[in-house]
Amino acid sequence: MEMITEGTPMGRAEPIIRVENLAKSYDGKTKAVDGVSFEVKEGEVFGFLGPNGAGKSTTIKMLTTLLVPSSGHAIVCGYDVHKQANDVRRSVGIVPQDYTADEDMTGLANILLCADLYGLPRSDSKPHAEELLNLVELQDAQNRKVKTYSGGMRRRLELACGLINYPRLLFLDEPTLGLDVQTRAAVWKYIRTLKEEYRMTIFLTTHYLEEADSLCDRIAIIDHGHIVKIGTPTQLKEGVGGDVIVVGVKETEPDMSEQISKVSLVREVKRTGNDYRIKTELGEEATPQIMDIIRSNGLHVTKISLTKPTLDEAYLELTGRTLREEETNRWAMMSQRVTMARARS
Amino acid sequence: MSSPNPSDTNLTRTTTVQETMPAQKASAAQRVVPRMDTSPLHGLWALTVRDLRKWYTNPYQLLISLIQPIVWLGIFGKALNFTSFISASGATVAQQQQILLSTFGTTSYFSFLSVGMLASIILFTAAFSGMSVVFDRRFGFLNKALSTPVSRGAVVVSKVLQSGIRALIQSGMVLLIAVVLGMDTSAFSVLGILGAFTLLFLMGFALSSLFVTLALRSSDWQTQMAIINLLNLPLLFASNALFPTKIMPAWLQDVVKLNPVSYAIDGARQLLLGSPGTNSLVVDFGVITIFAVVLTSVGVVMSWKLLSK
Ligand SMILES: Nc1ncnc2c1ncn2[C@@H]1O[C@H](COP(=O)(O)OP(=O)(O)OP(=O)(O)O)[C@@H](O)[C@H]1O
Ligand SMILES: [Mg+2]
Repeated sequence: MEMITEGTPMGRAEPIIRVENLAKSYDGKTKAVDGVSFEVKEGEVFGFLGPNGAGKSTTIKMLTTLLVPSSGHAIVCGYDVHKQANDVRRSVGIVPQDYTADEDMTGLANILLCADLYGLPRSDSKPHAEELLNLVELQDAQNRKVKTYSGGMRRRLELACGLINYPRLLFLDEPTLGLDVQTRAAVWKYIRTLKEEYRMTIFLTTHYLEEADSLCDRIAIIDHGHIVKIGTPTQLKEGVGGDVIVVGVKETEPDMSEQISKVSLVREVKRTGNDYRIKTELGEEATPQIMDIIRSNGLHVTKISLTKPTLDEAYLELTGRTLREEETNRWAMMSQRVTMARARS
Repeated sequence: MSSPNPSDTNLTRTTTVQETMPAQKASAAQRVVPRMDTSPLHGLWALTVRDLRKWYTNPYQLLISLIQPIVWLGIFGKALNFTSFISASGATVAQQQQILLSTFGTTSYFSFLSVGMLASIILFTAAFSGMSVVFDRRFGFLNKALSTPVSRGAVVVSKVLQSGIRALIQSGMVLLIAVVLGMDTSAFSVLGILGAFTLLFLMGFALSSLFVTLALRSSDWQTQMAIINLLNLPLLFASNALFPTKIMPAWLQDVVKLNPVSYAIDGARQLLLGSPGTNSLVVDFGVITIFAVVLTSVGVVMSWKLLSK
């Protein structure tokens, strides 16, 4: 029952999540998560980025005690997820990937029920629930049954439910999946508020690179149950191999490749026809040097472009897939889910 | 325990606290959390009320559940006119009464059947209690409940409890209907009625535990339907609900003796109709209580195992 974070204000801050070789196989066969290790620091927004079936939800379910790990350890908020499950449950908030609210109850009743399940006294949970409904801008719909809510409203309600127990750490499993641009922006805003004003640590999974890039302090790219790489968005982008400069030259002769590669920042030069594709560090500095070399040989530059690496490229390099393909599949799946949900009601 | 004032519990205040004590951000965030009830029973009533509310706000469900016992009583109960059956053999009125009394423990088969129907509606309500577990798993609510510190046992017991309460109210309605249709009320007493419904509630509790436990792992309602069909009619027919045990073949009598439903009905007939009964009331209450305690305990123990994967 030790709370490591507390009582050690002078020492090195203990990570709020510490995971060692965590693995989960379903039915003893499918290895959904295959030995992941990482740490999340208090106060940081940590993202899990990966394609369908990578093991993101499985990891979250193990960290939130919904699944028992097949092997490995995880300490969350100072508690062992397996041995001290109830302490973990009390300390963290969860916004699952699927909607879990009761459709036959109102939004407010759903949050209050959550509060009851945490054992919070009604004297506290009533005002707190209203405060959270205000936060996610659902106060006008709070007395409507959830079956009349749109997807975006449901997602926001789930977010409010996940916050009812004053968590130190919030797990968000694909918080903006299937939301329109506006609602997505709203959810991003809430996440930033939680981090900045409420000082909450956030663990989120996502499919959207822009989301990981703009929200997360650090990202782990996960594929086939393995963590391929962990780092800040900038580190991941740099890992791809720097900026790309494409220079078009009017004359075909002489070949400038060798001379360009002598510039100290340049890593690689490829020529296709009259175009040179140059991989380099610090593209802004390399560009004028390359221009000078070409001009000093009496040649004419016809066009020039400088591309900064995106997370998309980092992702492609690490997983061998682009997220564009994923997104198309994703939407197909989403619409299937919506149909299923309709069929139920 | 923090102040009950809402503005004190909101998290913006946490930030202020943190600014004064930057070294202890995390513990400051902890401090504003109101005390959580950690007893193993917390959340039990909230979960039970959730299910009950779904039920009483949907009057169709209630009405449909009453149709079956009405059909049994109004048609089956009235059609099986044992009096004319026996008088056809040329017995005197006194002899007829004697035969009925010794066979059914009452001179009216309809009254005999009415008590069976009280148990039958409880059996059917209990059978469907597992279904609500299946739907909660399917629609994600179960996972939400399991991600909170509510005890796994409370999840199971709430399902059993809501089903027991519903069954009790429905069987109360069936009793009213039976009285309207001509059930013999001459032996009714307040204590008798309370006793009979206690027995029936315990039976509902025991059977709901059984069906809820069988549903704990399932997310598939077809399988659950199959289980209901497999168990429901045998539990009804292999009991004294429709006919007295003593007119059954010996092998069936042995089965009836193992069926908890028979004990609840036997006791309820003694308490409501003043029938002599097969067992003493103590045995009836004892057996039903043991069934309820054992099956509920099994359900709670299984929930620790089956609700986590
Ligand atoms: N209950 C289950 N039984 C068997 N296999 C499962 C189960 N749940 C998930 N899996 C498998 O485990 C793997 C990881 O699934 P998981 O849901 O963790 O992926 P994910 O990264 O969250 O994917 P998505 O982006 O689609 O949500 C998948 O191959 C999936 O088929
Ligand atoms: Mg997932």
